[in-house]
Amino acid sequence: MNDMRITERNVDANAIKIAARNCQVYYGDTHAIKDVDVDIRDKTVTAFIGPSGCGKSTFLRCLNRMNDTIDVCRVEGDIRLDGEDIYDAKVDPVQLRAKVGMVFQKPNPFPKSIYDNIAYGPRIHGLARNKAELDEIVEKSLRRGAIWDEVKDRLDAPGTGLSGGQQQRLCIARAIATEPEVLLMDEPCSALDPIATAQVEELIDELRQDYSVVIVTHSMQQAARVSQKTAFFHLGNLVEYGDTGQIFTNPHDKRTEAYITGRIG
Amino acid sequence: MTDATASNAPDYKPHGASLLEQTSRTRRRNAAEARFRAYGLMAIGAGILALLLLLGSILGNGLGAFQQTFITLNVELTEAKLDKNGNRNLDDMKKVSTFGYTPLIKTAMVAAMAEKGIKIEGLSDKDAAALVSKDAAAQLRDFVLANPELIGETLEFTFLANGRIDGYFKGRVSMESAELDSNISPQQLQLADALRDADLLEKRFNTGFLTAPDASENRPEAAGLGVAILGSLYMMIVVLVLALPIGVAASIYLEEFAPKNRWTDLIEVNISNLAAVPSIVFGILGLAIFINFAGLPQSAPIVGGLVLTLMTLPTIIIATRASLKSVPPSIRDAALGVGASKMQSVFHHVLPLAAPGILTGTIIGLAQALGETAPLLLIGMVAFVREYPAGPPEGFFDPASALPVQIYNWTQRADPAFVERASGAIIVLLIFLVFMNAVAIMLRRRFERRW
Repeated sequence: MNDMRITERNVDANAIKIAARNCQVYYGDTHAIKDVDVDIRDKTVTAFIGPSGCGKSTFLRCLNRMNDTIDVCRVEGDIRLDGEDIYDAKVDPVQLRAKVGMVFQKPNPFPKSIYDNIAYGPRIHGLARNKAELDEIVEKSLRRGAIWDEVKDRLDAPGTGLSGGQQQRLCIARAIATEPEVLLMDEPCSALDPIATAQVEELIDELRQDYSVVIVTHSMQQAARVSQKTAFFHLGNLVEYGDTGQIFTNPHDKRTEAYITGRIG
Repeated sequence: MTDATASNAPDYKPHGASLLEQTSRTRRRNAAEARFRAYGLMAIGAGILALLLLLGSILGNGLGAFQQTFITLNVELTEAKLDKNGNRNLDDMKKVSTFGYTPLIKTAMVAAMAEKGIKIEGLSDKDAAALVSKDAAAQLRDFVLANPELIGETLEFTFLANGRIDGYFKGRVSMESAELDSNISPQQLQLADALRDADLLEKRFNTGFLTAPDASENRPEAAGLGVAILGSLYMMIVVLVLALPIGVAASIYLEEFAPKNRWTDLIEVNISNLAAVPSIVFGILGLAIFINFAGLPQSAPIVGGLVLTLMTLPTIIIATRASLKSVPPSIRDAALGVGASKMQSVFHHVLPLAAPGILTGTIIGLAQALGETAPLLLIGMVAFVREYPAGPPEGFFDPASALPVQIYNWTQRADPAFVERASGAIIVLLIFLVFMNAVAIMLRRRFERRW
């Protein structure tokens, strides 16, 4: 296994896609995310690592305002996508989510055909003017999702009938069908076997050509394999953020070192 | 392998008792389990027995209502009696009441007896004619007024037999009971036997039971469920049209859009409480609001439908909310994640997945409403209604009856023939309920999807 596939360590030249400053998240009275400052760069895979309950998924969901659906959740601070405050009163979360797509921990295809799974996003956003264009988008997305060859003969079959790994790649294809600029992935491989995981990781590496990918993962090997930048969260704080190679080989913070060497977690 | 055991057996050193013997604790546990299974089987057995008894008694009493005794007579439509002026003027002919038609039936009966050579000692012509239902004269009058050109001809008519005669052929009336009965005599029963032997009297399927309106105390043979079925149908239409959209919209709002705070909690608790309110209370509410305040007509299906809507709404809301809740949140996340709005995620994904549950809940609510009696008594649907309500939508405001109320009504009448009719009506109601539940199960099977 090529555990340390860190090919481009210097990604700081890429533009900043998302900038979070002084970000706070509260669940009712619980202060879940404290003072997080982070810059997520374009065309880069950024990994969020940390022990369970440290707030990495919560912070990820702040980036496309999925936390809005939770009544008790409150977000403070400043999160900007291309310089625009995404929590501005004028921002419609629906438009934001078209730009910032999301893949979830559990593969969650719609109980519809594979074709309709992919076509749903483009349809509601009006990305295709006719059937031929829609067909093209579906094929392109499935190809980009590295699943086209497996499903091209059964686009009418239900998406829920695929295997777990195929379902997750279908969900990734669905997320990129709306042509987002950022792709958020919340532990996308936690429900997958090692082979499916390797396929998804390979896909993430390819997606980096066009998107800014943010991935939450429990597996440090995975973070090391796929990401260029890594952020370590602990108890709601962003402890350390830097190049993946530096975080894993030469962490500055004691807690990061303790986590990476397996002493906390 | 076994031959080696004697010499090569490892030196086992068991710590506790042998596995081949049950400890007393295990025996007690197994006995408790066996007892519990027996209790369960007994409970199910008691339930099945009760169901069989119920079905047996209802079917035993009620199946007879679908059969009726009919008498076939050749009646001469005498011009001198029906149209004295001879000009076929309907207004003049209407002046001849049903009493004017009774002699024609008497004449026809006497003629039939003479033709077949039937002679019964001590039976007057009037008593012989009484074998035919009192409804026959009205039937004859309706026919003549509809076909005045046939006056003067002799035509074959099939009349209902009197309720007692019908009872005689169904085993309800016997020669002995006829001795004591002022409404029927043994001679009349002899005549009935003779007529049957002459093929003038026969028992066959009675469509009138399903189509005819209710009839008075004295003519159970003519009573039917037509108005009641129509009234129940109209009420179900009102309930479906009002309760389904209101209930589903309320549930979607409460489940998907409403903020979770004290007010929505209060609403939630009250909806659950409403489902437990005795139905007669809804009847009082309907009487006060829809009839006394809003001035809607009494006995009308629209009022019944409105009251039953109020009663059914909590059932539909609770069922709909439960099926919306059972849609996994990952589906909502998936839709929101690709940039669907809240409403798109609900209407494109959540609602189709919840649809089977919603439909099942609605149909069960409708079935409950179909069998409801108490609130309808309070809004006047217990009235004696012989006129069919008009077609919709005007018919919603015409007086009508309802199936359960008709059953209640018939069980209160003195004539034993109404016991049979009430049981028959229960069978009809049960068939409707079973049909609706079957549709609910079918819809659930058909639309159920996995995710």
